[in-house]
This record gives sequence, structure tokens and C-alpha cells, in this order.
Amino acid sequence: MGKTLAEKILSEKSGTNAKAGDIVIAKVDLAFVQDTTGPLTVRQFQSSGMGKLANAKRTVLFIDHAAPSPNANLSNDHITLRDFARQTGCILSDAGDGVCHQIVQEAYARPGDVIVGADSHTVTAGGLGAFATGMGSSDVAVAMGLGKNWFRVPESFKVAVDGDFQKGVGAKDLILHLIGKIGADGATYKSLEFTGSTIKKMSMSGRFTIANMAVEAGAKAGIFASDATTRKFLQEEGRGKDYKTLEADADAVYEKTITIDAAKLEPTVSKPHTVDNTSTAKALKGTKLNQVVIGTCTNGRLEDLAVAVSILKGKKAAKNIRLIIVPASRKIMLQAIDKGYIKALVEAGAMILPVGCGPCMGLHQGALGDGEVCLSTSNRNFHGRMGNPKSFIYLCSPATAAASALKGEIVDPREVM
Amino acid sequence: MLNGKAHKFGDSISTDHIIPGRYAHLRSNLPELAKHVLEDADPNFVKKVKPGDFVVGGNNFGLGSSREHAPLVMKMAGVSAVLAKSAARIFFRNAINLGLPVLICDTDKIKNGDELEIDLTAGTVKDKTNGQTLTFGKIPGVMLKILNEGGLIAYVKKHGDIKV
Ligand code: SF4
Repeated sequence: MGKTLAEKILSEKSGTNAKAGDIVIAKVDLAFVQDTTGPLTVRQFQSSGMGKLANAKRTVLFIDHAAPSPNANLSNDHITLRDFARQTGCILSDAGDGVCHQIVQEAYARPGDVIVGADSHTVTAGGLGAFATGMGSSDVAVAMGLGKNWFRVPESFKVAVDGDFQKGVGAKDLILHLIGKIGADGATYKSLEFTGSTIKKMSMSGRFTIANMAVEAGAKAGIFASDATTRKFLQEEGRGKDYKTLEADADAVYEKTITIDAAKLEPTVSKPHTVDNTSTAKALKGTKLNQVVIGTCTNGRLEDLAVAVSILKGKKAAKNIRLIIVPASRKIMLQAIDKGYIKALVEAGAMILPVGCGPCMGLHQGALGDGEVCLSTSNRNFHGRMGNPKSFIYLCSPATAAASALKGEIVDPREVM
Repeated sequence: MLNGKAHKFGDSISTDHIIPGRYAHLRSNLPELAKHVLEDADPNFVKKVKPGDFVVGGNNFGLGSSREHAPLVMKMAGVSAVLAKSAARIFFRNAINLGLPVLICDTDKIKNGDELEIDLTAGTVKDKTNGQTLTFGKIPGVMLKILNEGGLIAYVKKHGDIKV
């Protein structure tokens, strides 16, 4: 019987014939933490008696969630991480480098890798064919010390997407639609495997957006086969040798197949306070906004900023809107400067934040006031997420966010394209 | 045997409800952080909860982030087990890693304030208020071992390795 992508990767890394439902010990190729989960990981690691890191050059500590730090407590947490990196020789990705998931795809993840991160959106690296999953601080501490951990091999859902997107519709609308369709717990414990003609044609940027949000349907992983697009991406990152072709077997067994006709999708929005509470952008027309955010590990890549620029260039965001742009990494910031995107966005009324998580988690930079409404390209709209349980968060694509910023209310981006 | 009162919550209690991101600056000050546990779901929870009590949720309990602080502060606040109809994967694993049992059962039958008695070995929840007994789903073997040894770090400290 053939294997799914999850079964293939976990078989190879565990040295067993891994099938869905098995519990295996698998080698971990990359373990990472960020600044809100890292200090606890460090404490757990230190109290575990493991002593040394299994592979310091494949252990990364990211300072991205509160970068630069807004207060002394978080600054002290940053010191904990910097000290640990010095003591152990592991890699520190400091404030100003970018969001962990963005840097992982730019610099570390390889097709076929097992990656664990103390951050739920670790699944993002599934976009290039890694089995990447979020774990808590204790589990990541164990992976850092032993170079392995235990995994239950997940059952897989095949998500087959065919057809061409309409203008103004893309990867983000697809994943929001899918989550709306199967629910925020529709894929709990499962691996989502994305296939079909739409996926084959999709850019890496779009694949990462989709993989990033697999966890919002409860999934343990969201994996894409690696192909010519993956190879080109790795070559452009100067990592061509990291490429390897990885595909599910033709006779792999899936628990379920979900088919989506991309041509039928519309610009989609998640309403407060759950990601599966979806609607078309059109149906929400007239929803007044106080803040619009374009960025985060979901949609802070160059391609996302290009879409925003194509809509906002030469125009002005609506009065009374705070338009916040957060490129996901230093590299993207530099590319956006070179291409003139930053100038165009600032002229259109945007504030550009330092690379990192920005307002996504309510830590700093763009916390919402009572009763305020935010439209964001991030991945979570939970109650209280952006710093205030009395505020309201809607999620959408960069196109919908940019178009809505022009109008000051939610609109279907096709109205302005 | 665990005994305590049920504190009932609805579906989709996220890790942002349990410990909001805006308190991230307290994550290395756990006693302070624990004062805010479940604040965005019930602002009075911390005042009401007594050592040994249970948090009872609906579907998809603990969805969201991987922050292990969520089960950690629940444990610090005195919660001795979480009961839910279903639980998000990372939360479930994190809770067990910290020695906090998460028991999957039909929580619709439990009301806020009910007195419960949980037998982890027998796999039963006795609702002493309404007289009903529920059974909960089996915790996978490897997790049971971790739970019985007081959590993952204690397990690794003892064995120096992880085995299934
Ligand atoms: S951008 Fe948001 S979702 Fe992504 S890692 Fe940062 S806080 Fe998490």
C-alpha cells in the first residue's frame, strides 16, 4: 500500500514502515522557539538534565514576537534567549531579522525534513514539503536535547484544488474557504495534503499562506509535494542543493478527499471571533474599519506587498484608518524598498512596522481599543487576540485588505481592481 | 481519585482565552501570569477556582497557539484536570507533558458547579450532583507513561531518553 507525504517523511525519519495511527520516534531536522515560548523552553531544557543540544546548528531561537521589545519584562526574556544561544552555540535570529516561519522557509527548511517549533504556525514549512508541526516548550526542549521526539503518524486528508482563480481571488481566500467549510476542528490531528492543478501552478508564497493556516483547521501538518517551483525557490534562496523531489504515492490511502473548484471561490473573510466563521467580502460590505493590517507570517511576503501596492499606489487610504504594513523579514523589507513598494505604501498613508509579528498577537504596535474593528491578513481572529477582548478582528487576503483600506470599510477587492 | 467542582465553559476556548497574548510580558513571572488564567472567557474564574477543581469545556478546547503556559497556569491556579468533548492537538499534548490530564467525554451532561469525582485508572467521571457516571476516552500509552511519571521533563530526566 502506498504512502501519503506524512507517512513517507515519518517512515524515513523513524527508520520504520510508518502508517497512519502508528507512534514513532523520529529524528528532528530543525527545532526552534520564539521569544514568547523560548524562555520556558530554556527553563525546561535546563531542568531536564539533558545538558547538551543534539545539533546546535539546527536549533534556532527567534526574537520576533516582541521585536523590538516594548517593555523590560520582555527585554529580560530576550536576554535569556541571547544568553542561552551564547552558552550552547545554537543560532540566534535576533530582533530585526523577521518572523520565525518566514526565516525557516528562507534559510532552513528542506523537503522531507521533520521540523518542530514552539509555535503553532510551524506548519508553514509544509509549503515546501517538510513535515513541520507546532509543539509546546517541553516537547521542543526534548527535540533540542535528544534530536528526536515521538510522533503519532497522522491520517491524511487530500485537498484537491482544480481550476483557475478569478481575478482578485487567491491562496488566502482558498484556505479561509476551506476552514469555513470543514470547521476550526475539521482536521484535528490530521495532515492536510494539497494537490491538484491549482496547487501545481501556485507560487511558493501562496503555498506558504495555505500551509500556515492548516493549523486553523486543527491540522498537525499541511504538506505540499515538492516540485519545480520548490526547486526554483530553493535555488533563489541559494539553497539549491537542499532540493529533493517528494510526492505521495499514487495509491496512498487518505481518510478523506475534499475537492475545491478554485474558479468558484470569491474573496473570503473570516468574521469575529473564529477563523471558520467565514463569509464573502461582498456580503460584509459596509463593515466600518478602524485598522487594516497587511503582513504577518501568513501574508507578509513580497508577493503580498506587491498586491497591496497594485491597489494602493497613487491613492490614499481612507481617513480615520490606521493602515499598518509589516514585512515578514529583513530580506522582504529590503526587496520592498528596492522595488519602491515601501514608498508607494507610505505615500498611500501606511505606517511601516519593523519586521516581525507586528500587532498579530496583541503584544505591541497596533493593539485595538474598545469596540474597534480591524481587518487583517493574519491567521487568527480570536477574542482578545489583538490586545483587547472588546475589539473585533476580521481576516482576509492582501487584496481585500488593501481595497478595504481605500474605502474605510470591507469591500470586495474586485470593486477597485 | 480526583475531587472538585466543575467550572463550565463553552466550545472553542482558545489559548488566547486561557492566557491572552497581551500578558506575554508576564510569561517568566508565572505567579503573576496565573492571576489572568481564563480571564477572557470568565473574568471571575481566578477568584472562584479552588485547588482540585476541574475546567469543563465543549468542543475543540485549547485551540490556537502552542503556548505551554496555557495548561501551566491552569495547573498553577489549582485545576486538576480538563474535561472536554474534544481538545486541540497541541494543547492536549502540552497538558499531558505538564502532568495535567485532559479527559475526553460528553461534557454536555455536566453543569457548572457540579461536584465531580474522577477515577483516572477506571476512566470514569462521577457527577455527584446529578448521580450520572461518564466514561472518558483512553489516553494513548506513551502519553499515559509521561503523565504517570509527572510530565515529559521528569520522564526525560529519569530515563535520559524517550521511547515508545
Ligand atoms: S505573525 Fe502572528 S501568527 Fe505568525 S508567528 Fe507571529 S504572532 Fe504567530
